[in-house]
Amino acid sequence: MSNAFPLFEESLRASGLFPLKATGISVFQINVGKLCNQTCRHCHVEAGPNRKEMMSRETAELCIRALERTTIPTVDITGGAPELNPSFRWLVERSRGLRRRVMDRSNLTVLLLSSQAGLAEFLAAHEVEIFASLPYFQEQQTDAQRGAGVFAKSIEALRLLNELGYGATGSGLTLNLVYNPTGAFLPPAQHAIEGDFRRELQRRYEVTFNALYALTNVPIGRFREFLEASGNYERYMTKLAGAYNPNAAAGVMCRYTLSVGWDGTLYDCDFNQMLNIMLDHGAPAHIRDFSMEMLNRRRIVTGQHCYACTAGAGSSCTGASVK
Amino acid sequence: MAGYYHQEDLARFGEMGENAPELWRRFLEWYGAVFAEGALSEREKSLIALAVAHAVQCPYCIDAYTEACLQKGSNLEQMTEAVHVASAIRGGASLVHGLQMRNAAAKVSM
Repeated sequence: MSNAFPLFEESLRASGLFPLKATGISVFQINVGKLCNQTCRHCHVEAGPNRKEMMSRETAELCIRALERTTIPTVDITGGAPELNPSFRWLVERSRGLRRRVMDRSNLTVLLLSSQAGLAEFLAAHEVEIFASLPYFQEQQTDAQRGAGVFAKSIEALRLLNELGYGATGSGLTLNLVYNPTGAFLPPAQHAIEGDFRRELQRRYEVTFNALYALTNVPIGRFREFLEASGNYERYMTKLAGAYNPNAAAGVMCRYTLSVGWDGTLYDCDFNQMLNIMLDHGAPAHIRDFSMEMLNRRRIVTGQHCYACTAGAGSSCTGASVK
Repeated sequence: MAGYYHQEDLARFGEMGENAPELWRRFLEWYGAVFAEGALSEREKSLIALAVAHAVQCPYCIDAYTEACLQKGSNLEQMTEAVHVASAIRGGASLVHGLQMRNAAAKVSM
């Protein structure tokens, strides 16, 4: 790691946030595995069709048992393509049965797979909020990041969701888009690019959505490989560290999230999960040992990659953390 | 040191404040205000800057505003059109001087 920028812990200390601690848990994020029907060039999970890591029903049951003991309002299901896990629909049904808000981080194209017949209708019937990845409203940028043909299929899936009522005001079916830069640069302000997406997707494809969230690419996994191969790593890290925003650091999502890995291991966030940086400082290590008391105010494990969540307006799984 | 332009010099731009700090401070303050969202969005201002960078042929500015445009959400279609705008003005500026040529020729011709 370069010495061109300070240790993340030093930046936290300078803003009076060290050691960073959780402020309660309002998001229960479950990563159900690394299997995906796409192989995106920026994927921090390094997910793909050949990945075997998959949450078992037994572990999924442990997640639901832990949830039952809490009032955590939001269940955030991610992957890989989370829908490809055989327990996905079960997790949705059980979480909704507990009256929790359920978010599905969808790559969109999974909705069109023949093996996933009825998936979009299932999501609508359970009022699952969809957070759909779409890095740009044009084919060139989207396919460059997510693979040839992905943009056209994504538009087809968005139209399917619109037909079911997703993205329509008053339908109760939320369709949010997730933008992330298609290269070694930071995302624009959410409000600035949301208007462009709304106008262009409507004009070109008659697609509507509720909100757009802008995420910063975290320099790990395949994105880090891209940064290194293209000679952009040092520059990108310097840019992230230079854009450190104490307000964004105060609102980072790890402070109110618990991240559960496919094998039940607990993490502070999905990025730590992919770096295999487990909970520390006396917090439980596995979902079977879930304890709200011990996790609520846990000390968070940080690293240099955390600069991605504190740059500029901040970045979380639901976009900018400084609105 | 071969050549006049060095990519790494862009990061040293701040050294220009070393012998005239007050002027540099005022420049930065003004520069920041110019590029802040106003009647024009930050994205539009970055596209204008990209076009001007090509007109004044500043490689540092081209590097900086290519990235700024991408970071503000512009795409290559928009950025290429911006460069064409700069090129059209440069081309047009040459052509319109043709009238000076015509005037000068007329003056000395029978």
